[in-house]
Amino acid sequence: MTPDYYLVLATILFTIGATGVLIRRNAIVLFMCIELMLNAANLALVTFSRINGSLDGQIISFFVMVVAAAEVVIGLAIIMSIFRTRRSASVDDANLLKY
Amino acid sequence: MEQTVEFAPATGVLSLIWLLVAIPLASAAVLLLLGRRADKWGHWLGVLSVAASFVLGLVFFANLAGLESGSRSAELSLWEFIAVGKLQVDFGLLFDPLSGVFVLLITGVGSLIHLYAVGYMEHDPGRRRFFGYFNLFVAAMLLLVLGNNYVMLYFGWEGVGLASYLLISFWYTRPSAATAGKKAFLMNRVGDAGLAIGIFIMFATLGTTDYGAVFNGLSGLSATTVLVLGLLLLIGACGKSGQFPLQAWLPDAMEGPTPVSALIHAATMVTAGVYLIARSNPVYTANETLQLVTVAVGAITLLMGCIIGAAKDDIKRVLAWSTVSQIGYMFLGVGLGGGAYALAIIHLLAHGFFKANMFLGAGSVMHGMHDQVDIRRFGALSKHMKITWLTFATGWLAIIGIPPLSGYFSKEPIIAAAFEREVAWEAWVFGLAALLGAGLTAFYMTRLFVLTFHGPARWTEDNQHPHESPLIMTIPLILLAIGSVAAGWLMSTSVADWLTPVFGAEQAEPHGVLSHTMITILSLVVTVIGAGLAWSLFRRGTALEPQPAGVVVTAARRNLYTDAFNEAVFERPGIYLTRALVFLDNKGVDGVVNGIAAAVGGGSGRLRRLQTGFVRSYALSMLTGAMLVVGAFIAIQLGWLV
Repeated sequence: MTPDYYLVLATILFTIGATGVLIRRNAIVLFMCIELMLNAANLALVTFSRINGSLDGQIISFFVMVVAAAEVVIGLAIIMSIFRTRRSASVDDANLLKY
Repeated sequence: MEQTVEFAPATGVLSLIWLLVAIPLASAAVLLLLGRRADKWGHWLGVLSVAASFVLGLVFFANLAGLESGSRSAELSLWEFIAVGKLQVDFGLLFDPLSGVFVLLITGVGSLIHLYAVGYMEHDPGRRRFFGYFNLFVAAMLLLVLGNNYVMLYFGWEGVGLASYLLISFWYTRPSAATAGKKAFLMNRVGDAGLAIGIFIMFATLGTTDYGAVFNGLSGLSATTVLVLGLLLLIGACGKSGQFPLQAWLPDAMEGPTPVSALIHAATMVTAGVYLIARSNPVYTANETLQLVTVAVGAITLLMGCIIGAAKDDIKRVLAWSTVSQIGYMFLGVGLGGGAYALAIIHLLAHGFFKANMFLGAGSVMHGMHDQVDIRRFGALSKHMKITWLTFATGWLAIIGIPPLSGYFSKEPIIAAAFEREVAWEAWVFGLAALLGAGLTAFYMTRLFVLTFHGPARWTEDNQHPHESPLIMTIPLILLAIGSVAAGWLMSTSVADWLTPVFGAEQAEPHGVLSHTMITILSLVVTVIGAGLAWSLFRRGTALEPQPAGVVVTAARRNLYTDAFNEAVFERPGIYLTRALVFLDNKGVDGVVNGIAAAVGGGSGRLRRLQTGFVRSYALSMLTGAMLVVGAFIAIQLGWLV
């Protein structure tokens, strides 16, 4: 089994995640898309680790998971507070920080 | 010819000469610092301090006279004044025959004028302030003549400049007085710059500014250096003494109270220039060109003063131009060199008496005539102000040089000395200029005298009751009148002998283009012609309004266009330069600064439109950026870019 399929799968997952971030409005969905992109990156890292026969990629993927977990904690808190004040989880509505 | 200049150290009583300066200075400090608390008695303190200086001056003078004639000087170093690198200047004083006569003139005439001012300023609320400034002036002037080096002289020089400024603009609420004060200060600065650079040159070439060391070091300097040094000192002298081309401030200085005009702008401060040149006589004797320039300045100024003086109608301005002209005679004298140095000093002393006398007389006339200054609106005052009239008459006869009054003994020898110049054309030019000046002086002084005191009364104010001034004003007038009468023959030989240690004993043989008797007769003849002409013209009074006049009179009324010249050549370009600089600053320098700020501000105003607040567009730009970076990596990896 060639590792190339894993890379193709990672690319497809990343593209789905990126497209989701660009076209969806709901902050929760956006968040899930971001998670998807992170996991696609993790999959690519693990695959490269396998190809190169070193553990570096796997170690980095653990770091990514830790960062992703931390990010989810903060991100969900922000989304919660935005939802509480504006009764909406749409990222297009939260547009006060502009010129 | 070369002789070393040495000053003996001060001993005995003479080591107290610092008191001469310290007493008026202390009094000035008390008057100016105590403020209103000294209003009641301040003026008497002012008079007393100067009188005390005068008495001390007499004592010191007598002590100096008691010394042997070879070592008749007293040099006193009080403390180290400036010590920077090689520049060592002591706060040193020098009391020698030359400064001795100046001290007596300043304190003697000064005391009388202080006394007069007690009466003259009686109703002025600022009388204490006035006496404070007056004492400050006397202290600075004494420092000027008593310093033993050029820096001390400069110290006093600036001090009198300051006092003069304060006193000219004493009535500072009048715009004309404030302007006149500024004008005097500015024109004096021009001269002071010359003097300062002269002192720098002394230090640069000789490494010292002490009189003795400078004079002894002159022989080691090139002729050009001496010439430049002398010319710079001459510029300083011209500025302070109101000589051509820096004469314009002096007549305007008459805006000050009359005692100021009498003391500062007639008797003492304006003669500081003559003192400077007389003190620096080794410099001037060392260079022929320098003497010629000084003589020319004197001759031009004396004629100019006479011509303008003859056309003015303001009693104080006529006297001011007369002062300019008489100091021209003194410059002529010091420029001629040799025996004429002493003649100039004698004329200076005599002038101090008769001009102070006439200025105070003019003040007395103004006092009785509600501050009227226009001589066309006087007339017939001889009946009402007998003492002023008689004392003014002595001043008038003295200045035009009628024997045996002082002017005859002091001015006529200068005219004779001018005719004794070695080069024939110079003798004729300067001699005739001095002679013509004598005739013109007789004309305008007689005009002034006749229009003021004789002829029909032309008073224009209602309820005009001219009255004689109080005793406190007339007593100084009487004493000065006695001086005007007697000073000439008292001083003519004694002062010349007295000053021999300063100027050297060179007694020129009369080898002039005209004989001495001839010159005496000629000068008396032009004097009588001038006076007679003025008497016959103005005996019956004059019109109250300015009459149409020819080219010469119009020019003279407008100060021979010297003010217009200054305005056109110095003032206008200065104003234009200022305007150009302001424009450059506003539009150029400020333009660059404001332009940069506007560009940054405007640019950021447009750039911030990028911040839309639309989160997904940010995400797109991040994605695009990430793709560009990845693309660049791939391109490099595949070798497309290298």
